Formats: sequence, structure tokens, C-alpha cells
Amino acid sequence: MEPEDLDLKIKTWLSSHTFHHADFWDIQELVRAKEESGLSISLCIPTLNEEATIGKEIVMFKSELMDRYPLLDELAVIDSGSTDATLDVAASYGADTYLSADILPSYGSNMGKGENLWKAIYQLKGDIICYVDADIKNIHHRFASALVAPLLYRPEIQYVKAFYDRPLTVSGSTRPSGGGRVTEILVRPLFSRFFPELSALIQPLSGEYAVRRETLEQLAFPIGYGVETAHLIDLFLDRGLDAIAQTDLDKRVHRNQTTRALGKMSYGIMQAFFSRLQRRNLFSDQLAQSNCFRQFEAEGKTYRLNSAEFPEEERPPMITVPEYRKKFKHDE
Amino acid sequence: MACFWGRHTTEDRITLEKIVKAVFPLTLSLATGRNHVVDSGNLNFPRSLSKEPLPPDLLRAKLAGLWSRIVANIVLAAELPAPTGKELRLGEFLTDRMVESELLNVSRDQAGNVAGIFPGREGDRDILVTAHLDKIWSDSQDHTVEVGVDRLSGRGIADNSLGVAILASLPLVLKELGIQLSSNLILLGATRSLGRGDLAGMRFFAVNSSRPIAGALCLEGVQLGRLSSSSLGMARCELTVELLHPSDETGRHEVVEKHHSFLAFLLELRSKYGDKADILIGSLEGGEGYNVPPSEITTRFEVRSQNALEVQRLVLELRAFAEQLSGDASVRAKLEVLATRQPGGLDESDPLRQIVCDVHDELGIRTVESPSISELSVLLDHEISAVTLGLTKGGKLHSRQEFISLSPLMDGLIQLIIILVRVDENLLSKRRSEEHGA
Repeated sequence: MEPEDLDLKIKTWLSSHTFHHADFWDIQELVRAKEESGLSISLCIPTLNEEATIGKEIVMFKSELMDRYPLLDELAVIDSGSTDATLDVAASYGADTYLSADILPSYGSNMGKGENLWKAIYQLKGDIICYVDADIKNIHHRFASALVAPLLYRPEIQYVKAFYDRPLTVSGSTRPSGGGRVTEILVRPLFSRFFPELSALIQPLSGEYAVRRETLEQLAFPIGYGVETAHLIDLFLDRGLDAIAQTDLDKRVHRNQTTRALGKMSYGIMQAFFSRLQRRNLFSDQLAQSNCFRQFEAEGKTYRLNSAEFPEEERPPMITVPEYRKKFKHDE
Repeated sequence: MACFWGRHTTEDRITLEKIVKAVFPLTLSLATGRNHVVDSGNLNFPRSLSKEPLPPDLLRAKLAGLWSRIVANIVLAAELPAPTGKELRLGEFLTDRMVESELLNVSRDQAGNVAGIFPGREGDRDILVTAHLDKIWSDSQDHTVEVGVDRLSGRGIADNSLGVAILASLPLVLKELGIQLSSNLILLGATRSLGRGDLAGMRFFAVNSSRPIAGALCLEGVQLGRLSSSSLGMARCELTVELLHPSDETGRHEVVEKHHSFLAFLLELRSKYGDKADILIGSLEGGEGYNVPPSEITTRFEVRSQNALEVQRLVLELRAFAEQLSGDASVRAKLEVLATRQPGGLDESDPLRQIVCDVHDELGIRTVESPSISELSVLLDHEISAVTLGLTKGGKLHSRQEFISLSPLMDGLIQLIIILVRVDENLLSKRRSEEHGA
């Protein structure tokens, strides 16, 4: 596909598949749409030592999306074996709590977030499963309701991803995002190069997303950090970009990770990324290798695509240049 | 894991029997229809509750069913900054909850107070329930709440996010229990209570409210068992010792010396007045770093006494001393009185005070009486029968680690509900006696 056509495709997708949480402020209306659809919804929070933040998440989701408005049918924590009070806190506020190792025990137990997400599909009952990370300090019910909403209104959408901390255009320049270092340094360049359409995902690594069961059950789950990257690639290749959507949830305050931890995360993502290429035999020429790097800026609810061409040109080793050889008398 | 009120472990744990005993008179009166008749009309009260007493399990279940919403309200109220004079966002939160609960006349007055009316069955008397909205923290400070198994912690969680959250939750709780009082409940979030705010919100309400208040409950987050039914005489003061000319570097040492003299004088007065008055020093502020004397030092303190004259005398002495300190040309000592309270209080035999003591007794809550200098003093000044109550246990007040315990909050809620019901009964029987007399 020509770069201009690709840009047009991305722009079209951005306008039709990017939502803002304010579009879904009326939870009563979401409950009505849910009842009309006949779908049930489960919320899953994967945890490992999250006692500081899990209580507030459970309280806010249960209060706003179960007790006040019955949008969620199930609220569950799936834990990798916390050694702190994560499970006690979660249970005391009314969440169903599960140890990942106790689910499908005959399949063994691995440490990793992807493992919990995969086991959740077996354990939870909902037609839609919404995953939310446990380390969000500024939790609000929109972190679940605004992700589930597009699935209630748009049957063709299978997978809705959250994005936050969007780069704002201030005085003509783009403010660097407060988070998402791995996204900007690793994943966006990888996607721009190998799967340019996926670069339209503003925050591909966010841990908050809602997915239809019929899609989840078809996906393979790397057990570690690469799970989100793997999902996006598989969904895109199997069902096309239009099966994916994203919702702007505004600000997300979370623990800052050390550079060392980000290194581990990046390794997990690379592992999942290249195993996808290998498994699908995409290392050959058939994989579109784009020279166009795509980034985004936002103004209000409008998201602007910025494309930059990086022509791939290399200079040969100097030793092969005759003038060089002559000057430094390599042939004498 | 069990719900919080199923997990009391504290010494003064309220047994189920006690709760039931305390609430049954109310529920029996619901059954006979003598007093608190449940109306299934506009407010959508559960009809069944009007017919029969609440069995203990149902009572627990009803309140347990609201727990997430109550805790969520506390978290939401606590995470909204509300420094004195900037309570708008917290006021909006309270307004939203009042509107959702279908309160009448939900409004914001010129002082920023938020009020709504929970209509009573007869509606010929008004009971005020109030909590101050403002917190001591600035809006730039982190207001994040941490939610633990039995505790919430964060800035302002006890003072007074909890009071505001319970005010916001009260209509929901009453509806869920099927309680409709005979009197109207006026719920009021009062602004500009603290520090220089000097109770401006409550003063505005007390002066401008067109409705006579038959009784009032002021809600403070902590401590459960608190009963304030009197107000101390108080003068809230700020003394600033400063260089008259900021560029006069040589006078800086004198600022320190004169401030030191003032502090010594304060402590001397404290000994001199003994039991007659107290001086509480709240903060000292001045200087930067270690090796440059400050050009200005401010001391904030309160003079308190049960006798207004003692407060006046003490302030006069302090003023005279400050003037004496200002005699020097290079340094000035300025004493400002930012707020005052008049002493006063309910008689020991006052029915409202008696109701609170009785309810505490029945629930096994140890009453701790202490005078107050908050909203209560304005209400007492206006000859309104009023008390201040604490809702739960907590600690580390006015620090970043301020916390409240959740288990005792159930007791605090039941306390509040029964007190309201008893006050309402009292007003009703008083009115009937008056009618018979007439």
C-alpha cells in the first residue's frame, strides 16, 4: 500500500474507531444498551502485590458499576501469588478472588500477567471481559465503562483498548507523554516498520481493554509482558484493523517503573513480536516494511497523524571506496 | 471474607444484640405506624419495611448492601481538594448526591454552602445535619486515598471528608432502611469553616435561613463517642514579627529575639491563667534554611476559655505586649485576631444531649464530652439546640497519613440514625403535647 493510502486508512480508522470516555458518560444508557444486547460483562483485575491500590479499584467499580448501575455482572481478581494483603483487601470489598495457580491446575502455573488473563477466560462467565490493571491511583468507573461501551453499540468491534496521557499540542509543539516510554521507544517504531496500520493505536501497551469472549477464546496468550502486543498483531492479521477500537480515558496516574523494569518489559515485547513474525512466516518480503514513522498529537478530541519518511540508505564500508583506498595506499 | 461489620474486633465492639435492641424500638414504631411511617410515594421507599420490623439479618444486609457506595463516597469526597474558600468541586459532588437522592430545594447559597431538604412525613419541623466541606490542605497537595482492609488513609480523610461523605450518603441509608422521619431533614455542607474562614458558611446560613431549626447535628469524622454540646470562648490569633524595612539585614537577629520574647510571654501567661484559660500554639513559621535569620516569623495560636472575659483579658495582655515589642523602629510585632467564639452550651438536661448519651449507652459507645469551637458554636449562638458527633475512629490527624477505621463506622452510622429518629420522636411528642395543651 502506498504511504498516502495508508495514511488515509489510518485517518479514517482514527475517526471511526477512536472514542472518548465522555461519549459514554450516561451509565444508565449503557445499562439499557447492555440489557438490550443480552450480553453479560465480567471485570478482571490481574494482580501481584497490589495491596496499595486494589482496594480503591474494587470499591469504585463495585459502587458505581454494580451497586449504583448494574453494568458489570462479575468483578474478579486473579492473583499470581501475592505475598502482601492484595487478596484480603480485594475480598473485603466484595471482589471474587482467585489464585491463578488454582485455575486449570492440570495445565500448570506460570508467573506472568498473560497467564492470569488467559486463565480468566476459563474462570469468568461474561460474554465480554474487561481487563484493568491494578496499579491505577486515580481510578474511576470510566476505566471499565468506557471500554465496554463500544462493544455494546458496535457489533463489528471485538477489542477496545484504552489510551491516556495523550500528547497535547501546546503552543504549536507536542508535549511529550508522561508515560509510555516503551511504547514510544520500542513498540511504535516496530509497528511503524512492520505493521504500519497498528501504529494508529495510541497506547498499544495499556493494560486496560475489553474484548468479546468469542475473540478472546481464539487468541494465544504469551504469559509475560508481550501479551498486548501479540493480541494486536494477531487480531489485525486475522480480523483486520476494524475489529479494534480505542477509547481515550484521559489521565492515568500509576506507579513509575524503573528503567531496569522497562528493559525487562521491552525484552518480553520483543520476544512476543518476533515469535509472531516467525510463527506466521513473515520474515520474508511479504511483510510490508515501511520507511514511514507515524506519531500522533491530539487537540481536544481530534487526533492528528504525523508521518515522517526515513529513507533507508546506507553508505558502504569506506574500505570499498577506491578514492579511500588510493589515499591510504591500500593497494600498494 | 466477611463484611466489615461482621468483623468487629475492637474492645468496645457493639454486639448484634445491642444493635438490634437499639434499633428495634424504631422498627416496632414503624410497625405500629405510630411515629415513623414509611411512605412509598414520591421517594420510593421499600413498601414492605413499613409493615413489619426489620429482622436483624435484614438490617445488616440492608446496610451491608450500601457499604461499597458509602466507602466510594468517602473516597470521592476525600480525593477532591477543598481548601477553605475553594470548596466548589466538593460542593458539586455533594450537590450531585443530593439530586440523585431526590432531595428537595437542592441549592448553593451565596456563601457556597450546599443544602437540600429530605422531606419529612409531616414536614412541620426541620432538623439540620451539617458537615463542614473545607479541609486544611491546599489544592496542589496529593489527595490520593489508600484503601486498606479496614482503613482508609489520606489527607483530610477524617477532617472532614468522612463527615461530608456520610452527609451525602444519609438519604440513601434512610431510604434503604425504610425510615422517613416526621420532620424534614435539612442537609448542609458548610463552607469556609476552618482557619481564617471563621465559620463564614455556617454564619451565613444561620443568619439567612428562613426556616427555624428545631435541632442540629454537626458531623465530624472522628472520634466515635465524641459529644460536643458546648462551645468554648475562643480567640484565634496570628502574631507576626517582621522587619519594618525588608532590606534592613541587620534587624534580622532582632526578629528572632523579639519572637522569642513573645513566645516566652505566651508560656508565662499560660501558667498565670492556669485552669481559667488555655493557649494552644498551632504553628510557627519563618525563615529558609539554616544560616540566615528570618525577616519575618509568624505564630498561630488560639486562646480558649469557658469564660469570655478571660479570653478578652488574655488578648488585651497579648496586644499590649505586641505593642511594646513594636517600640523599636526596625522591627514590628503585629497581633491579628482572626476569629472569635462565644462560650455557651446546652444544659446537662437538654433533651438532645440526653438522647445522644442514651444512644451511646445503648450501643455500648463510650461518650467522650468535649467542648467545640466549630459549627456548633454558631448554632449555639443562635440558640439552636445542637451537638457535634464523631463517626468513627481514626488517627494521625492533619498529616499525610491521616486515617479512619472502617469497622467502627458501622457503629457511627447506627448511632446517627437512631439519634435522628429519637430527636424526631421527641419533636413529635412535644408538638402533640402542645396540641393537647391548646
